[in-house]
Amino acid sequence: MTAGTERRRTAPAAAPARRRRWTFDRVSFMAVFLGLPLLIFVVFVIVPFVQAVYYSFTDWGGFSPDKDFIGLQNYVDLFHDDLFMHAVRNVALLGFIVPLVTIVTAIVLASFVTVGGPSSGRIRGVRGAGFYRAVSFFPFCIPAIVIGLIWAQMYDPSSGLLNGFLTQVGLHGFANFPWLGEVSTAMPATMFVIVWGFIGFYTVLFVAAIKGIPAEVFEAARLDGAGRFRTIVSITLPTIRDTVQTAYIYLGIAALDSFVYVAALFPNAGGPANSTLTITQDLFSTAFTRGQFGYATAMGVVLALITLAFAGVVAGVNRLSKGRSEGRA
Amino acid sequence: MTAATTPTVRASTPRGAPGRRAGGDVAVGITSHTLLSLWSAIVIVPLLWVLMSSFKTTKQILDSPFALPTHLSFDNYVSAWQGSGIGRYFANTLIIVGISLAIVMLLGSMCAYVLARFSFFGSRAIYILMLAGLTFPVFLAIVPLFMLLKDFGMLNSRPGLILTYVAFALPFTVFFLYSFFRTLPDEIYESAQIDGAGEWRTFFQVMLPMAKPGMASVAIFNFLGMWNQFLLPIALNTDQSKFVLTQAMDSFATTAGESVDFGALFAAVTITVVPVLAVYLLFQRQLQGSVSQGTSK
Repeated sequence: MTAGTERRRTAPAAAPARRRRWTFDRVSFMAVFLGLPLLIFVVFVIVPFVQAVYYSFTDWGGFSPDKDFIGLQNYVDLFHDDLFMHAVRNVALLGFIVPLVTIVTAIVLASFVTVGGPSSGRIRGVRGAGFYRAVSFFPFCIPAIVIGLIWAQMYDPSSGLLNGFLTQVGLHGFANFPWLGEVSTAMPATMFVIVWGFIGFYTVLFVAAIKGIPAEVFEAARLDGAGRFRTIVSITLPTIRDTVQTAYIYLGIAALDSFVYVAALFPNAGGPANSTLTITQDLFSTAFTRGQFGYATAMGVVLALITLAFAGVVAGVNRLSKGRSEGRA
Repeated sequence: MTAATTPTVRASTPRGAPGRRAGGDVAVGITSHTLLSLWSAIVIVPLLWVLMSSFKTTKQILDSPFALPTHLSFDNYVSAWQGSGIGRYFANTLIIVGISLAIVMLLGSMCAYVLARFSFFGSRAIYILMLAGLTFPVFLAIVPLFMLLKDFGMLNSRPGLILTYVAFALPFTVFFLYSFFRTLPDEIYESAQIDGAGEWRTFFQVMLPMAKPGMASVAIFNFLGMWNQFLLPIALNTDQSKFVLTQAMDSFATTAGESVDFGALFAAVTITVVPVLAVYLLFQRQLQGSVSQGTSK
């Protein structure tokens, strides 16, 4: 290795490896820099994850030391557990609708903010874009439990702002309407709260992604006579598709959880007729109220599998649609 | 700069149908302003309503929920801060989040630095392990974590909570800073080594200061994440005297019915929201820059 080639190398990882001497400085450095964080990470994150999988095959009650290995019995029971299957259906609905609505709305808002301005001159967003962007980000700074509390008050049948507003504009049918007490509205109302909490962050995320697209691309499209809608469909979306995929997966994970929101909105876990019961709520009460730790961890494993399947489907759809649009081009 | 480029760009736009374009612009402008202000209103109005209600008595809130407060009274804030103990929970949160944040930033940057700039046997495996820690739901780990802390005698203790906060914030921190440390030029590391700095000094005096922008962004996200953390404290920290703010809020949510002091509730919500919102407004630009950075991996 000559001095000349060395100077030209830029790969950061390769360079230090070539002349490693095991001095005290270097050994202590590696031990502390890598060992300490890894120790904490493995003990408090990896070990519990692995233990969870093991416990899910036992009938462990939690507070007694004896636990018997019972194979897949917990999982078989789960499939015959009506309450749990109900929770799975609720969560599937949350995982399908919340990311979809959030992402579509966020992309629309982000498009207005970035390229919604006049069609003459520089490509730019609407006036006051900074204000809109800052305001829509607010909910991300508010703890989810507080978001839930605020909206529980907003939805209050008699003293909530929502019914107050609706009756004010003449919809008297909504006076004292219990948004969170009706089976038909409890779930949509919950979804709205989650979407409300997330849209701002994803708007800002998509604004950043759209701003990363060179302005020349939009200008060229405009010269070719493409309108705004066409520009969004044909240029913005294909370019930011990987950001959309990441957002979809993150949102899906959050929606499949949803624990905080339902905990804040429904003092009686599950909501009306368990229409908003989530897997996480079922897991939490199974473990910490009823003390069935083995059974609860099996629920956790099912939740993790659903999450992984969800991520896999999103990534798969993205890959398939990418292949199709490239094939057409 | 923009002023200089505008005329040339404008010259290159088609002049085909200026009338139609201008008309379309107005329509699009009105539509986008309408939709954007509508959404801003949906975000802001509930927050303003909470703020307004926090100055009213519980009786006023229930009797005339939409009327302005008759006079500016801070009684609710006093009763929330002292009676409901928000003051103590605020201090608890500050201590736990503050210490956790300092530790996770230090350990996370060290780990990211080693993974990004040294290649050794197993470094890739560690990276993938971190990815797994980021993807799996915390709920899967919560039961074993509870037993683990119990066995260590750290259940319902600050050190236990801080360690779990740190452990679960580590993967994100390492990921974000990993990509940051990779972009730092190699020459600087080498010249520090040639000048006789050991690995420790190279990191703390040369490399870490260069990672400041990345550190700031990660710190903001970690702060928000820890400040808003709910599941970990509610499962692992059940001693009321050690409650954090989110737990105090949860006890408001679960004590439903007539007994709720709504005035104190709205005041408590305001106390929780305002500091974070203030931090956000201060660091707004920093944060919005970092959102794009975080996803460019």
